Amino acid sequence: MIGVFRAAWIIARKDLVVEARSRELAYTTLFFALSCVLVFSFALVHGAESPGADRATDAAFHSQLAAGILWVSIAFSGTLALGRTFERERQSETLRALLLAPVEHAAVYLGKLVTLLVLMFGVDLVVLPVVGFLFDAPLGAAPGLLLGVIAAGTLGFAAVGTLFAAMLVRAHSRDVLLPILLYPIAIPVILAGVRGTAAIFAAEPDLGSAFLWFSMLVFFDLVFVTLALWTFGPAMGE
Amino acid sequence: MTDAVFDFREVEVRDVSKHYGRRRALAHVELTGRAGEILGLLGPNGAGKSTLLSVLATLMRPSGGEVRYGGRLAQEVGDRLRGRIGVLGHDLYLYGDLTARENLEFFGRLHRVANLKVRVDQALDAARLTDRARERVSGFSRGLRQRLALERSLIHDPRLVLLDEPFTGLDDASTTALADRLRSLRDAGTLIVMATHDFDSADGLVDRAWCLQSGRARLLEAAGPGLGSLRERYRRALVEASA
Repeated sequence: MIGVFRAAWIIARKDLVVEARSRELAYTTLFFALSCVLVFSFALVHGAESPGADRATDAAFHSQLAAGILWVSIAFSGTLALGRTFERERQSETLRALLLAPVEHAAVYLGKLVTLLVLMFGVDLVVLPVVGFLFDAPLGAAPGLLLGVIAAGTLGFAAVGTLFAAMLVRAHSRDVLLPILLYPIAIPVILAGVRGTAAIFAAEPDLGSAFLWFSMLVFFDLVFVTLALWTFGPAMGE
Repeated sequence: MTDAVFDFREVEVRDVSKHYGRRRALAHVELTGRAGEILGLLGPNGAGKSTLLSVLATLMRPSGGEVRYGGRLAQEVGDRLRGRIGVLGHDLYLYGDLTARENLEFFGRLHRVANLKVRVDQALDAARLTDRARERVSGFSRGLRQRLALERSLIHDPRLVLLDEPFTGLDDASTTALADRLRSLRDAGTLIVMATHDFDSADGLVDRAWCLQSGRARLLEAAGPGLGSLRERYRRALVEASA
């Protein structure tokens, strides 16, 4: 038997090779995320400008809007990627072959999580500068903390999403069920991500508050990943 | 968990039943197989053949009864047992976007196969796919994929091999080659359990066969002079079961 982490890496590397050839997930999630940002920015920002509002209120509103749109695009594009990642394993029933391998089932979960994180981090790194440009968000105010908030939030979202996507892989209406099950559980992560990012994007960044939200996201990550590792094996049972 | 290799010489299915809600897929099935045997599971569609293979593969737990591998239950042995089982399902468990070689290497790594490159070369040779090793599987015909999938299921030299309709999509030459391959595995001490509708291919190949109908398994008469072909013995068993 091989260790969990080595098996997870073997599975993730296979997924990344498949993705590098087809580029199906990378293109669709990226296109979807950028579309979200552009649509929301043109629809909301221009409509939200009111001549009577003072500059400070306007700036605070824009920073929160930018953070919200960033996380909506991350969550929506992530959901798209989640469904397709497991759809590939459904074709030819390769998920059964993975579950038949002499590795702990947690390795299958971790491998899928790593694949999804690579994909979502890639989308994050493209979308973030676009949001910064469109909303004049101060990306350089606390770059380390900003990347930390984005990374921790993405990990939390992907951790829960990977578990639910795996559980729904044999369900007929999985595409409909995934967001219905995923979003209520992932809301704390998305909210913490929005608040932490908005605190950094503010005209006068509130780094103390941002760090608090970042710590909360790390806590969520620990809880979600632990619970997912614990429940993945039984959930994949039959 | 210990990393020692687990092995067994016998598989016993004792009074195994499996229910999906109210529907009964298997009912009190009894079956024993030893290393160096080919067992056939015959029966109409929905008779429970694939369910029994899934139970043997440890993918499903029986609702009642037990399966013992060398006298031990699957939950006693843990993940190591799966390292001694090879499965060729009706779905072939191959990645279409990977090449033939990459598919074998991937599953070989998961099974921690020693001398992987040599073993993969041997498997490609056995599947007669050496010259197409670098082609993506999505471009293969059903027959080529079937041959590759068989080698994928054997890449880790399993003791127990479970085959679900292994002759599907194969031409005459490939069917003969597969039968020869299964005989050589049997001679090497592998226990093979095969669910099939292809009586002609299975006749003379299986050592013992069971007829499954409505979840119940009935051992067919052994082959012998005047007892007829496998198909005839199967039909007699069906008639007796429904009498």
